[in-house]
Amino acid sequence: MRIGLFVPCYIDQFYPQVGIATLQLLEKLGCTVEYPLGQTCCGQPMANSGCEQDARDTYLHFVSLFDSFDYIVAPSGSCTYHVRHHFDIIEQTDAVQHVRHRTLDLSEFLLDVLKIESLDAFFPYAVGLHQSCHGLRGLRLGKSSERVEPPFSKMKTLLGMVEGLQLVELSRPDECCGFGGTFAINEPDISAKMGKDRVADHLRHGAAVITAGDMSCLMHLEGIVRRQEQPLRVLHFAEILNASK
Amino acid sequence: MQHAQKAAHFIADEARTDWHDEALWFVRHKRDLAANSIPEWESLRECASQIKDHTLSNLANYLEQFEANARANGVHVHWAADGAEHNQIVWDILRRHQVKRLVKSKSMLTEECGLNDFLEQQGVEVTDTDLGERIIQLRDEPPSHIVLPAIHLKKEEVGALFHEKLHTEKGVSDPKYLTEAARGHLRARFIAAEAALTGVNFGIAETGGVVVCTNEGNADMGIHLASLQIHSMGLEKLIPRQADLGVFTRLLARSGTGQPVTVYTSHHHRPKPGGEMHIILVDNGRSAHLGRKDFRNGLKCIRCGACMNTCPIYRRSGGHSYGVLIPGPIGSILSPGFDLAKNSDLPFASTLCGSCSDVCPVKIDIHQQLYKWRQIVAQEGELPPVKKWGMAAAGNILASSRRYTFFGKAARIALDKLPRFLVYNSLNTWGKRRELPQAPRESFSEWYQKNKGGKRV
Amino acid sequence: MSKESILAAIRRNQPEARPLPDPPVFNRPGVDVLAHFCQMVHTVGGNVLYARDLESADTLFTHYYPLEKSIASTCPDYPGTVDWAAIAHPLDLETVDLAIVSARLGVAENGAVWVTEADCGHRVLPFIAQHLLIVLDMHQIVPDMHTAYQSIRIDETGFGAFIAGPSKTADIEQALVIGAQGARSLTVLLR
Repeated sequence: MRIGLFVPCYIDQFYPQVGIATLQLLEKLGCTVEYPLGQTCCGQPMANSGCEQDARDTYLHFVSLFDSFDYIVAPSGSCTYHVRHHFDIIEQTDAVQHVRHRTLDLSEFLLDVLKIESLDAFFPYAVGLHQSCHGLRGLRLGKSSERVEPPFSKMKTLLGMVEGLQLVELSRPDECCGFGGTFAINEPDISAKMGKDRVADHLRHGAAVITAGDMSCLMHLEGIVRRQEQPLRVLHFAEILNASK
Repeated sequence: MQHAQKAAHFIADEARTDWHDEALWFVRHKRDLAANSIPEWESLRECASQIKDHTLSNLANYLEQFEANARANGVHVHWAADGAEHNQIVWDILRRHQVKRLVKSKSMLTEECGLNDFLEQQGVEVTDTDLGERIIQLRDEPPSHIVLPAIHLKKEEVGALFHEKLHTEKGVSDPKYLTEAARGHLRARFIAAEAALTGVNFGIAETGGVVVCTNEGNADMGIHLASLQIHSMGLEKLIPRQADLGVFTRLLARSGTGQPVTVYTSHHHRPKPGGEMHIILVDNGRSAHLGRKDFRNGLKCIRCGACMNTCPIYRRSGGHSYGVLIPGPIGSILSPGFDLAKNSDLPFASTLCGSCSDVCPVKIDIHQQLYKWRQIVAQEGELPPVKKWGMAAAGNILASSRRYTFFGKAARIALDKLPRFLVYNSLNTWGKRRELPQAPRESFSEWYQKNKGGKRV
Repeated sequence: MSKESILAAIRRNQPEARPLPDPPVFNRPGVDVLAHFCQMVHTVGGNVLYARDLESADTLFTHYYPLEKSIASTCPDYPGTVDWAAIAHPLDLETVDLAIVSARLGVAENGAVWVTEADCGHRVLPFIAQHLLIVLDMHQIVPDMHTAYQSIRIDETGFGAFIAGPSKTADIEQALVIGAQGARSLTVLLR
């Protein structure tokens, strides 16, 4: 099984530790992971701004780098969602369809492909899970609070395998953090207020750490935590799953 | 002014924003409780969605069937191509009966047509009789929510308004007392009215009747006391059969307010003895919207308001920030169809979180339509130039590993080296309320090449 | 003519045919519809009385509605004070304190009752009276709105309504007020 690691652009540039943790975690689980050099971005920033035509070359570049892999794994629900759902504007060659079907979020890969049932991970802290919207309602990584169906959550299942970790209950378990890509720039006041409210929810319920599957949400929340000088650490869930004694 | 500016104004009062947000979140919460009491909730949504999909695909035939059945019941049926024609038809009916006083119950459609202003110019006294609608009518402002028109007002503000307009006691804001005052005031209007007009929640093709769902009893008070009754109906409100009401009456109130059903679900088929009944079918852009393949699903809307209650942006910016009659998520996918240039900002007043689509009882793909409208806004040249060029540049950089690597490194160096005052200033929107990420020494790619080797593919 | 141009535009723009689903049927074995109905009437702010608990028809008035003087009833078992022959126009019912009407059926899932103009004398009666009493055969309760709509014909008369509880509003700062513009109270009398 050839596994290609996709490291989203903002993780590559600003949070390399998340990419490192993802790689180390997969290798610990026995995977041989390749990181094709020359990756850039999934194209979301342009597409979500309305300029998906400006993203075509980025999409093609992505496909050209990854079409030889059995699975493409990304520590990002939003990038995964974008590849699977929005790469529909380029010609649907075999390579494109293959890449679209085989790009998975890390949590999907761990549970649905590797089918892990335990982890050698240790993280004895109170953790608040932020359920990023693209992963939750886009990829259906868990039951959203709006829907009436049996509960499930890939993220909670994985975090439940970590020794010592206590998951805190939130008042609003899946309200959006307010990042929304260019929304954070176009509507900065609402964006910041939404993030502030999320952070307050975590603090109110005793979280020492906020985690999520999308570093974009976390970058936004961490920005607020640091500006407000609040006692919270912000970590991608790959870093938690990769944490050991 | 665009949504972003109006929203900034709204949110400047943080305490009030929290109050507004909590009030609407509570309605969302009540919806959740109601939905979870129905194990078959998701299959009901699917059924309602399919009924509406089918109806839209056969709308012309159903409209003809509806009209034929209504006429056979002794009902007058009119067709209005646009709002102006609707208003003229209403006025012609009223004028024939020398009506000077009209009572109305909730109808977003008549607001869309600007009926009240038009009739008032003809010298007709128009009373909106739904309590929330009466409040905003007295304040001379538009509703901020399609189901809860006065949700943006505190009871003290209503108390002050009623003191001024209805002569209630100064400084008293108890909702029970104010509602009682409105009851008396509006009852007098019902008694004096010569005609009554309502909106329509559902028109039934099979029987030619209309269904009006309310909680207060005002629609029925008006309609049954006046001998002349008029119902204004958007074309898309049609459903095929009586049996289909079983699905929609189970979804509507639970989605909108968390009640198991509205207090009154009134079915009007024939005029009362000695009375006259009119139905006005209104197009006003609906038939055109039906032709927009990616957006026609918006016509399935049953106007429950659930999308507004759940939208984290709506809750923190209020309905008036959208600048359109129907605000929130559904408004942001319908309004660009009416006027793309004016409403080009609305598809961007969203993080595309998808909560709206998950609460919509008829499964409108709201957040996907928001994404698609953004593409249309860009293609039609309605994006601000800075954004347009910025995204073209981004597309250029991100398609090339070499350019991406160069600019990424430059950004990290700038973030690391520049003094704070240069980074955090009025040009840095992100930095208004957030810290930028700290710049790491090396990117993942640099770390990987150093530690893992690896060839360029 | 607007009708022709509207229909032509619709025919041009309609999507391709999609199927109409059958009305759903949900079997609810073992559900006590009567108990559920009573619970939901209370949930929507109404009251429930049993005819068998009343010593006589008079008890209803003396015990439960002692203050209501003007009573308009379309139910012969519980005669009112209003002389229907004297009611020429719906507005003549404006001073009615208590309206008594029969309902055809009740719906357990939401506590609603189905009332038609044949039961009302004048259509406005259930709305204009200060208080509303609904007389319902306890065996005429169905589980949900699907079965309700299968059991009635909505166009059998010129007007019919499902009524669930007394009138209410929450339009002033989301505070629930019972008794908005319709009936201030609703009681279902089961027999």
